[in-house]
Amino acid sequence: MNNNPQLNKNGELQHLLTTEGLPASILLNILDTAESFVGVTERDIKKVPLLRGKSIFNLFFEPSTRTRTTFEIAAKRLSADVVNLNIAASSQSKGETLLDTVDNLSAMHADMFIVRHSQSGAAHLIARHVRPEIHVINAGDGRHAHPTQALLDMFTIRHYKHDFHNLRVAIVGDILHSRVARSQIHALTTLGVPEVRVIAPKTLLPTKVERLGVHVYHDMAQGLKDVDVLLMLRLQNERMLGARLPSAEEYFKYYGLTQEKLALARHDAIVLHPGPMNRGIEIDSAVADGKQSVILPQVTFGIAVRMAVMSILAGN
Amino acid sequence: MKIQIKNGHLIDPKNGIDAVMDVFIAAGKIVATGAIPNGFQVNRVIDAEGLVVCPGLVDLSARLREPGFEYKATLESEMDAAVAGGITSLACPPDTDPPLDEPGLVEMLKHRARSLNQARVYPIGALTQGLKGERLTEMAELRDAGCVAFGQTDAPFTNTLVMMQAMQYAATFGFSVWLRPQDVSLANKGVAHDGEVATRLGLPAIPVCAETIALSNITLLARETGAKIHLCRMSSAEGIAMVRAARQQGLSITCDVAINHLHLSEMDIGFFDSNCHLVPPLRGLSDRDALRAGLMDGTIDAVCSDHTPVDEDAKLLPFGEAEIGATGLELLLPLTLKWAQEMKIPLSTALAKITVEPARILGVDAGHLSAGIAADLCIFDPNQYWKVEATALKSQGKNTPFLGMELQGKVRYTLVDGNIVHENQT
Repeated sequence: MNNNPQLNKNGELQHLLTTEGLPASILLNILDTAESFVGVTERDIKKVPLLRGKSIFNLFFEPSTRTRTTFEIAAKRLSADVVNLNIAASSQSKGETLLDTVDNLSAMHADMFIVRHSQSGAAHLIARHVRPEIHVINAGDGRHAHPTQALLDMFTIRHYKHDFHNLRVAIVGDILHSRVARSQIHALTTLGVPEVRVIAPKTLLPTKVERLGVHVYHDMAQGLKDVDVLLMLRLQNERMLGARLPSAEEYFKYYGLTQEKLALARHDAIVLHPGPMNRGIEIDSAVADGKQSVILPQVTFGIAVRMAVMSILAGN
Repeated sequence: MKIQIKNGHLIDPKNGIDAVMDVFIAAGKIVATGAIPNGFQVNRVIDAEGLVVCPGLVDLSARLREPGFEYKATLESEMDAAVAGGITSLACPPDTDPPLDEPGLVEMLKHRARSLNQARVYPIGALTQGLKGERLTEMAELRDAGCVAFGQTDAPFTNTLVMMQAMQYAATFGFSVWLRPQDVSLANKGVAHDGEVATRLGLPAIPVCAETIALSNITLLARETGAKIHLCRMSSAEGIAMVRAARQQGLSITCDVAINHLHLSEMDIGFFDSNCHLVPPLRGLSDRDALRAGLMDGTIDAVCSDHTPVDEDAKLLPFGEAEIGATGLELLLPLTLKWAQEMKIPLSTALAKITVEPARILGVDAGHLSAGIAADLCIFDPNQYWKVEATALKSQGKNTPFLGMELQGKVRYTLVDGNIVHENQT
C-alpha cells in the first residue's frame, strides 16, 4: 500500500492525485507538454483530436464552477466527451456511497474521472478502487491536494521566471486549510526552488509545517523581503466564525497584500492567486489588477496544463 | 470430565510458574499442576508438547456490538472470535445502542453471553445516562446486574462538575471509573494525530494536549474524590509521563494500551489507510516507543484488543468519513507476543499483561491457574506463523491495519470452565 499509487508498473503517471512523491521529470514533462498546448488555445480552431472517443467524467462532490469549467474546456479542446456530474445535489443525498457512484459511472465506460471532494484522501480512495484502465485526476480533496492548480502555478512561474533554481517563493495565507498550498510546496521543492516560505498567523499554519521543507514567517515585512514569487491563498469567510482570526479587517491589515507590502519583495516579483479572490481581505484590488499580477494568465495557462495532464494520462 | 494437559510449557505469571508441567482439570476447575494427583482418572489428554499453556486471556475492551449494531457483528460471531484468540474473559464497553445504562440491558447481555457457553463477559456500565455526561446512572443497581466498572468509552465529558460528582458517587461504592482521556473541544472533530502526517495529508488533527489536558483534569479529580481510576487507551509519551507522576503521588490509577498503538504510528496511515482511523489517533513514533517502554516498566498495566468490528462498507470511505475502529480479538495474543519479542521481554512478563494484570483491573479472580480456580486456559503454539486475512478471522469485523501481515503465535485450544470451547489442531 505504500507503493506510489500514482504511478503504473513502468513508473509512468497512472493517476494525478498529488504533486507529492512525483519525480521532477514527470512534473517537467507536464509543463513541457502544456507549452505545446498553449498554441492550440490561441488558434482559431481550438481543438486537437488526441482524446477523440474518450469519456471524461467531471465528478464534483463539492460545488465548484471555475475548476470544473477549466477541466471541461480542456477536455473538449482535446476532443473528449465530457459529462459533468454535480454529485452534491444528486445520488449522495439519496444515500449512495462514493464508490457506488464511481462503479455506476465506470459501468458507463468512463476513461477518466476528475474528482473533487470535501474529504482528504477521496481521490486516492477512488484511484485504488477503479479498474486499471481508468485514470483519476484529483481536482481538490479536502485540505490535502490540488495538483493541477499547483502545476499551473509552476507553469506560470516558469513562464515569467524561466528557471526554478534561483527563486525565493512565498506562500501567504491560510496554509492550514489549503490543499493548494500543500500541492504548491511539494511541486516547488521537487522542481528545485531553493527557498520556499510560508507566511501566516500561527492559527493558520499546520503543526510541523517546516517538515515539508518550508521556512515559516509570521510577519509579512520579513517574509516578503527579496521574494521573487508571491503565491496568495484564498481566505474562506468561515475562518472568521471560530477563534482562528478576530476579523477580516485585522487580517487584511497584517496579512493582506497591498502595494506597500508588495514593495518589500523584489521589484520584479510576480503575484499569483488561485481564485476566486476576496478583494480587500487577502489581496488589495490595486495589486490584483496591478502590473505585477499574473492572475489572469494563470487561468489561461490552467487550460493548457489540464490538457497536458489529461493527454499524458490517456497515453500511459 | 477430567482433563490432563500434558507436556506443555506452563506459564502462570501470577504463580511464578514457567516450566514444562502438566495441568489437571476436573469438574471445570484446576485441580493441580505438576504431578498427577492421587486417584485422578483421566478422560481426555491434551498433548501440549511444544505448546505454551497459560491462563485464558483477559481483554479489557471488546465491543461485541450487541445490542444495537448487529449488522456490524453479533455476540455469536464475536464470542467465537474471542475464544479463537484464546480470550476467556472480556470487558465490553457500554457504547451499545441503547448504551448499557439500565440493569435490564446488562442482564440481557449477560444472559445472552452465558447461553453461548464461551468467554465470560464483564459489562462496563455507562457512567452517565445515555453516555451524555449529564446525569448519573444507577451504578449500584447496574453492579448488581453484573457491571464491574463504569465508564464513558468515547463519549465526551463536557461538564467537569458532572465528572467530579460521578467519581464521588462511584467512590462511595468503591466502583472504578474507566475514562479515556480526551478533551472534546481540543479534539475538535480531528481524525489523526496532530503531527507530520496529518499536516502532509491535510487531515483534521487531534493534538496531544487533548489527551494530557483531560488527563490532568482526571488525575486532579481522582485526588479530590479518592475514586479508583482506570485510564483507557493511552496514546502519548506525555500522557504516560503524567500517569507515572500521578502514581508516584500515590493515586490509585491504572491504564491500558491497545494492540494497535503498541505497534503502529501515524506513519502507518500511508496513503489514507482507513483501517488506521482509530481512537485515540495513532501518534508519533516517539509516542509509540514510550507506550512500548511504559508497558515494559509497568506504568501501563495491561494490553487490550480494543476490538471494534466495523462492517466493510463503513471503511470504504475517505479516511475522515470511514468508521473508527479495528478488529482485535484474534490479534491480542500474537501482537502481545510480537511486542515481547521485539523488546526482548520474557514470555511470562508479556503474558501477565493480558492475563493477571487485566484481571486485577477488572477486579475478577481470573488470569491465573491456582488450584481451585475455574479452568480457563489458553494453549498456543508460539512458533506458528499465520497470515492476517479476512478468511483467517472469525470476527465479523475484518478490518485491521495488520491485514496481510504474517504474525507469530496461534491458539490451539481454549478452555472455559474446563470445557474445550476452541480447538484448532493444525
